[in-house]
Amino acid sequence: MAKTYYNPDDLRKFGKITEWSEELGNKFFDYYGKVFEEGALSAREKSLIALAVSHVVKCPYCIDAYTKDGLQRGITKEEMMEAVHAGAAIESGATLVHGVQMMNKYDKLSM
Amino acid sequence: MALLKSLSARKNDLSKPENQLAFLSNGIFREGELPLFKDKIAETGNYPLKPKTLEILQLNLGYMCNQVCSHCHVDAGPDRKEIMTKETMQQCLEVIKTTKAHTLDLTGGAPEMNPNFRWFVEEASKAGIKDFIVRSNLTIILANKKYHDLPEFFKKYNVHIISSLPFYKREKTDKQRGSGVFDKSIKALQMLNKVGYAQPGTNLKLDLAYNPAGAFLPTNQEAMEHDFKTALKEDFDIDFDHLFAITNLPISRFLEYLIASENYEDYMYELVNAYNPAAVKNVMCTNTISISWDGWLYDCDFNQMLDLKVASTVKHISDYNEDLLNNRNILISQHCYGCTAGAGSSCQGSVA
Repeated sequence: MAKTYYNPDDLRKFGKITEWSEELGNKFFDYYGKVFEEGALSAREKSLIALAVSHVVKCPYCIDAYTKDGLQRGITKEEMMEAVHAGAAIESGATLVHGVQMMNKYDKLSM
Repeated sequence: MALLKSLSARKNDLSKPENQLAFLSNGIFREGELPLFKDKIAETGNYPLKPKTLEILQLNLGYMCNQVCSHCHVDAGPDRKEIMTKETMQQCLEVIKTTKAHTLDLTGGAPEMNPNFRWFVEEASKAGIKDFIVRSNLTIILANKKYHDLPEFFKKYNVHIISSLPFYKREKTDKQRGSGVFDKSIKALQMLNKVGYAQPGTNLKLDLAYNPAGAFLPTNQEAMEHDFKTALKEDFDIDFDHLFAITNLPISRFLEYLIASENYEDYMYELVNAYNPAAVKNVMCTNTISISWDGWLYDCDFNQMLDLKVASTVKHISDYNEDLLNNRNILISQHCYGCTAGAGSSCQGSVA
């Protein structure tokens, strides 16, 4: 079997992190569960935000989890892809806005 | 993608119930990675699982169907010839006259394809059972001219219709149920609305059954119902009463799909992780008897497909005895996790 850093089966074992630090692990999962409950934002909206962020932080486990979550909620593939683009636009914008820094530096150094 | 032939016609190994049951007890369950269903329900003192008051008699009028849906737990299709005879129907009618159950639930295949379907509905309606359900796949209404008047027929006998519609968008529905199914289903729903189903001032009930089009569980039933109602009203001016969210059980063609798509283990993990002890108390096998096309008795339609006949001295409609049946232990295997995941699942939707 090829050696990789990521194993899809590890997602199922996520809960096991509490075994080595019960208090912190439980606090995290309580917080996590609370965050995704219905609130000022719907659970459906939060699922799409989570999907976009999953791509931006490039977490393969999160992408698997929130693609499935979206399917379960009846979120369409068009909605999912738009969410990914929203994340990608912010990420590329964050890169490009540094272009201003480059322009500033260029101008400063140039006669 | 929807299939062209049943497992049975393809002589697939999974067409044999014993092979499915062996598969469901091997691998991750034999190796102890996941607990057996009987051990899981034993944790809360629910093993052996016992029936409560009988409420529903579910009759399978045959496995013939005009569709070959990729998730079908019945392995139904046009190539299936198993059909309930008039003689067995007559035996069922004797039971319907005396049963304490308040609901009669006709299913298939497409029950309407049984040549004695209309005669049986007429006769069964005379028993005055409170809730008389026919599970219709909708497209049958448009499949042939001889079925076009089914909405009027259902109305005449005040039949409660429960129709399958996997999604309110064309693509997902057609992928699971076959090309063109969505448009026909929409048309059939409009026909049912037109004769009064799910309309104010009528008593004609029309519910939809949603089951996920893939290897994932249904979400909250109320949320899905809201989405379906909004979309079907806006796009097609369709009304319905309730949506039942039904989990796909890992048997028959859905099991074949899970294995072929390499989703089987993840799906079983998901079912086991979502196990809800509160759902166990209300699983449908505790209030239902399922009767097959040839008159055998089962704890549910899924056990029927796995050929797990009731564990009772009474096994056939010809010997039917409700009191004796109510003393039985319900037969279970790992497929039962499908009915206890999350909010639970039954032919009437969520149970917890």
